[in-house]
Amino acid sequence: MNAETAAEGSALITHGIGLHARPSVKLTKLAKTFASSVHLRGEGVVDWVDAKSIVRVMGLKLREGSTVHFRALGPDAPAAIDALVGLVKRDFDEHSAA
Amino acid sequence: MTANSRVGIVIVSHSAEVARGTVDMVRQMVGHEVPVAASGGNPAGGLGTDVASIIAAIKKVWSPKGVAILVDLGGAETNSEMAIEMLPEAWRGKVVICNAPIVEGAVMAATEAAGGGTLEQVRATAEELAP
Repeated sequence: MNAETAAEGSALITHGIGLHARPSVKLTKLAKTFASSVHLRGEGVVDWVDAKSIVRVMGLKLREGSTVHFRALGPDAPAAIDALVGLVKRDFDEHSAA
Repeated sequence: MTANSRVGIVIVSHSAEVARGTVDMVRQMVGHEVPVAASGGNPAGGLGTDVASIIAAIKKVWSPKGVAILVDLGGAETNSEMAIEMLPEAWRGKVVICNAPIVEGAVMAATEAAGGGTLEQVRATAEELAP
């Protein structure tokens, strides 16, 4: 069985001011907890950036209402995609009532 | 991973308020798992930096993985260099000054440190922001 798995996913950003500083830090910290390589890109953007690089993630300046795409490759790729898509869908856990 | 297994961060500003405010931003945006300490102002309570205070801040966040220092202007850097020279010899090679904007660099460095990054990775992440 091949331990290297590829996985992909996407989620709509609903956070009021998009993927700004605090959500970027959360996303990067979460990505770093996985062994797989994880990349993301914004809607209509060609280049993938390393989800474990806080500087790159913040540099994307993704806005509310746009879709963020993730892809991962490695031993825990599906779990990484589930976790990151979940974080974006939960609005980065910034609204406790949600 | 205990706090001791992460690189520590020291903020050195001429203003005690800027240093404390930067520490607040790191704690709120990144969390409490990264040791971070502030050193700001001169001993008289005015604007300036103080070698003894910087040394105390380094000791407060010391980790075997090292300590990254973020500075603002001129004297903050030279006094930080002096503080590093006055540390125990075994520590000196594990304390670095990052060439990065103080607030943004601190948040970036702490994010990298929180993920278990090495001292070199933490410095490189902060310095990706340098002009």
